[in-house]
Amino acid sequence: MLQILRQIAKTGTRTEPAPAPDGEMVVVARLQETILKTLGRALTIRQVDAGSCNGCELEIHALGNPYYNIEGLGIRFVASPRHADMLLVTGPVSKHMAIALQRTYDATPDPKLVVAVGDCGCSGGIFGESYASLGRVANVIPVDVEIPGCPPTPTALLQGILAAIGNAAPPPVAAGTATD
Amino acid sequence: MDLSRLGLAAAALPSGVPARRCPVDAIGLLTACRVTWEQGGQLVALWGCDERDRDRGYALNVVLQDRDGLTLFEHTLPTSESTYPDLSVVFPAANRMQRAAFDLLGIASEAEDQRPWVWQASWPIDHYPLRRDFEASPNWQPGQEEYPFVRVEGDGVHEIPVGPVHAGIIEPGHFRFQIVGEKVLRLEERLGFAHKGIEKRFEAMQAATGHRLAGRVSGDSTVAYAWAYAQALEAIAGVSPPPRAHWLRALALERERIANHLGDLGYLGNNGGFAFGLAQFSCLKEQVLRTNLAAFGHRLAMDFVAPGGVARDVAPESAAAIRDECAMLEREIRILRGIYDEHDGLQDRFRACGVVTPALAAQLGLTGLAGRASGQARDLRCDFPAAPYDMLAVRKVTAEGGDVAARVAARFDEAFESLRLVCAIVDALPDGDTAVPMAEPPAHRKGLGYVEGWRGPVLVALECGPKGTIYRCHPHDPSWSNWPVLEHAVIGNIVPDFPLINKSFNLTYSGHDL
Repeated sequence: MLQILRQIAKTGTRTEPAPAPDGEMVVVARLQETILKTLGRALTIRQVDAGSCNGCELEIHALGNPYYNIEGLGIRFVASPRHADMLLVTGPVSKHMAIALQRTYDATPDPKLVVAVGDCGCSGGIFGESYASLGRVANVIPVDVEIPGCPPTPTALLQGILAAIGNAAPPPVAAGTATD
Repeated sequence: MDLSRLGLAAAALPSGVPARRCPVDAIGLLTACRVTWEQGGQLVALWGCDERDRDRGYALNVVLQDRDGLTLFEHTLPTSESTYPDLSVVFPAANRMQRAAFDLLGIASEAEDQRPWVWQASWPIDHYPLRRDFEASPNWQPGQEEYPFVRVEGDGVHEIPVGPVHAGIIEPGHFRFQIVGEKVLRLEERLGFAHKGIEKRFEAMQAATGHRLAGRVSGDSTVAYAWAYAQALEAIAGVSPPPRAHWLRALALERERIANHLGDLGYLGNNGGFAFGLAQFSCLKEQVLRTNLAAFGHRLAMDFVAPGGVARDVAPESAAAIRDECAMLEREIRILRGIYDEHDGLQDRFRACGVVTPALAAQLGLTGLAGRASGQARDLRCDFPAAPYDMLAVRKVTAEGGDVAARVAARFDEAFESLRLVCAIVDALPDGDTAVPMAEPPAHRKGLGYVEGWRGPVLVALECGPKGTIYRCHPHDPSWSNWPVLEHAVIGNIVPDFPLINKSFNLTYSGHDL
């Protein structure tokens, strides 16, 4: 036990400041103020791998490490779409995942955000569209923000997620509204 | 294996490891499989190819490995009505490969199990994507099939379906558990959800750029795949990368191994209820990835390995940073290993959990890291060391336990060995060019690339067409061999231990589904 505590103390705090939402993010649709009002400051994300090479997943995992500390920003990955405000979807969307993705989308309560991740999620990437691939996420479900990159870095992912929830502006409603 | 004693003739096959090719008839193929099995050899891969455009019907390709190297057995099926012997009676792992070959090419084995494997009703069942006259219709809608899972019946037995969308940040796949109480009686996997047409996509690419797609077969093994692809293409074209490129490839590959092992060790601690482990190991992994960005221009070193060499040089200051980092990692990982080893709660979860005995591992063909943790002492870097591993004397890691604890221990041991290798590589890095120009590869010469990725041996089989096109490329992940073993590892364990057992194998879905 002592050794664990010593290691924790030695490691210290590694968390870095969150990046500003980047103007370079491709904002597909303007976010409506009503969504912001409902979400408040806390955000729950359901990640869906709709057919990626797993490279994007590695970087999404990295968001949870102490350097990016996504939970410290009030953002949490949840196990069910029914608990989620946002779907974070990697692609390309394989035909075999299209129905599962659509059902996940339908199971997510309104209002909801969809962020497409990676070159493949944004455009189909190197896999493109084929007998087995439907290409970009927006070909299957409505997408609010796209984060390009192969894979996008954790910083780019954070910027995209923050852009989607409009975190640049002060929260439009006081804490507590979301639990009404 | 002495092929001439079987009445078979072999020819040399361009490859990164000792390899030969051997045309066989049906009986010869089955006999070769049996003899290989009896002599302790393994099935590496099985795939088909439509060669009707060259008046050769369909080719069934089977790669076996024994202590001499690889043998590619080529069996011609004159028409789609021709069948070939069921090789799963010798090598159980052949079952799914045979089913996938049927789904993609319409060539059938004589096996009893003819359920689809890759096909999931998103294209008509009598259309085969890898046939050269296949044309996809925009009218084909994503479908859903009723897959005939094997059900267990009896008092109190129930079924738990999981996936394809999982609770965590994981690739898509479906697991069907048959349960009594908490105990798993049977697990059946249903994969193929990440099938995105990679093999067909290869055939629309130039060979010179195929490494980019190969590097995205399974993102966590991007270096291994890109290297295996480059090795195959270089073998076909008769091109030898400069020494510095070999060493830089190995540097990237060992760092890929370290990064993945660190990530897994963190998640294995977390799955055992020890969040401290995840926080610590994910910090270390993040540092490795940041150093990668500086050294290779990419956190995962994607597109670093390219045919002819590597895409960029590693600067001296990066090499120095890598060396310093090795010392830090070695020190930290030793501390964390001590903490893991002495943590009773964690060891209670790890030990005797998800056991694959060495006997079962040998019977089912468990390979790679998981195989080594079950006494299967095979590692390409030691058994068939290609440059620069022939100069590095890699120490092979093995364990006999076959449980989660053994797979954890193997990761620790391999991480230390990779750190030693990284230091050795940085210290001995030869000067000189990092790439040579690629010649246009000759058409219809086959080549193999075979590289020990962090998960296990990655095979890329390549045949070019005219004018530098790709005629057929089959990337093959060790997960093909290991997924079926996971079904066995889970039997008799409790459902809540499945995530831990699954993570201890950490197999790829994308690399398998293609």
